[in-house]
Amino acid sequence: MATDHIVKSFDTELQHLDNCIAQMGGLAETQLAEAMDALAKRDALAAERVVARDARIDALEHEVHERIVGLLALRQPMARDLRAVVAALRIATDLERIGDYAKNIAKRTLALTQAPPKSAVATIGRLGKLVQGMIKTVLDAYIDRDVDKAADVRLADQEVDQLHTSLFRELLTYMMEDPRNITSCTHLLFVAKNVERVGDHATNIAEAVHFVVRGQEPESRTKGDQSSVTVIDERGRTTR
Amino acid sequence: MNAPTFGPTSYHPTKGERTSLEIKDFNLWYGAAQALFDVAMDVQVGMVTALIGPSGCGKSTLLRSMNRMNDLIDNLRINGAIRLEGDDIYGPAIDVIGLRKRMGMVFQKPNPFPMSIAENVVYPLRVDGVTDRALLEQTVERSLKAAALWDEVKGRLKENALGLSGGQQQRLCIARAVAGDPEVLLMDEPCSALDPIATAKIEELIDELRGNYTIIIVTHNMQQAARVSQNTAFMYLGRLIEYGDTKRMFTNPIEARTQDYITGRFG
Ligand SMILES: Nc1ncnc2c1ncn2[C@@H]1O[C@H](COP(=O)(O)OP(=O)(O)O)[C@@H](O)[C@H]1O
Ligand SMILES: [Mg+2]
Repeated sequence: MATDHIVKSFDTELQHLDNCIAQMGGLAETQLAEAMDALAKRDALAAERVVARDARIDALEHEVHERIVGLLALRQPMARDLRAVVAALRIATDLERIGDYAKNIAKRTLALTQAPPKSAVATIGRLGKLVQGMIKTVLDAYIDRDVDKAADVRLADQEVDQLHTSLFRELLTYMMEDPRNITSCTHLLFVAKNVERVGDHATNIAEAVHFVVRGQEPESRTKGDQSSVTVIDERGRTTR
Repeated sequence: MNAPTFGPTSYHPTKGERTSLEIKDFNLWYGAAQALFDVAMDVQVGMVTALIGPSGCGKSTLLRSMNRMNDLIDNLRINGAIRLEGDDIYGPAIDVIGLRKRMGMVFQKPNPFPMSIAENVVYPLRVDGVTDRALLEQTVERSLKAAALWDEVKGRLKENALGLSGGQQQRLCIARAVAGDPEVLLMDEPCSALDPIATAKIEELIDELRGNYTIIIVTHNMQQAARVSQNTAFMYLGRLIEYGDTKRMFTNPIEARTQDYITGRFG
């Protein structure tokens, strides 16, 4: 951790930076949880709260940027400190994006005028839980500088990708079963994609944690999400 | 790459065309006090190598060992070897005067002689007995250009060098160091007495000189080491702890002691 510098105020500044990131992370985690909750309950008021709260994440990102510019200009961090500062910059960007996706999900909820199929909502709820868990773990990994926890997150992302691909197929099936499902399922398709993207950002953060600790990027991951290359034929079978 | 038998725990320098100075298992004692322990490193030709480490860790001692400036000190004892392009500089066959000509030296405080700018530059040639005026004039111009000082002083070569600013004086000393056309330039904290602008000019000059000269620079300024060098050697308590590619040293050093020093955790 950022302790033991001869110049104590440098420690304090790095600590503040970590606190900012932790705060942003906690907020992003809550935003996603509440957006998913609002979706499941089709609670417009809750969704509006999520949309409104996004500005707080943006403000925190702004603060992180200012702190980092100050640190780079005044402290010229080196080696592990430098990596920590660069990683914080990357992580803040990822967290801000996660906030945006949560906001998008909430906006979809507001647009969702008819109830989508229950089982689809349930699957998307599972996807959401999985990704929320990733955010929580990756924030712990960041605060503890724990590469193993970061590796868990990268592993979990493969599960997310698989679940997303199967959810994608499930939604397509509902749409073909009954055209009245098309509008609501289309919204859910976008929500699912947003959640899947949140998983990607959590994975980016996990990679940043690895970079802080080990000084290099982890080995490259394979993209498990196949939805963008999945084809459906006229009988409703999906191939890729 | 094979690390030397003794020497740093971590050894990952960027390789140049060949080794200029080979330091092999080098130990040095001032009387009973040992100042260097098993130092081993290959300084790469045409590159800038920075020596960093806390005060008293032996940077200047090592630098002065390279051109036998330490010879003047009483009770000095060494073992191990330093070779310049294969020539054992502590070997019986070496001509010390000839050796020093192959290595120019620049010190912390600019030390021009109280004579004209031109005479300062060609002083090493004068000492050698060169009297050919054309050669002397050529050397003045070539060296001052190499030291990026020519444009500033070409109209007043006969004026006293002590009238120059600190930064100009230091560049004059560099011109003097390159006048004899050495292979290696040894610089011991060449910017520590200069303001930031003069420092930037010297750093730019070092960058221009590399390639033509192998440069070894001792510096207290870590940002300077990071800016000007390709390889960095970190010394601590007379030992070489880590010698490696500068970018790697400042972004992801291997040794904990290197990490602590360059991040400002001990000094
Ligand atoms: N001429 C000398 N006589 C005795 N001890 C010396 C002499 N020069 C340096 N030392 C000692 O050798 C050690 C290394 O000094 P030095 O090479 O000047 O370190 P640095 O350049 O890294 O600050 C120090 O402990 C210093 O006191
Ligand atoms: Mg010194």
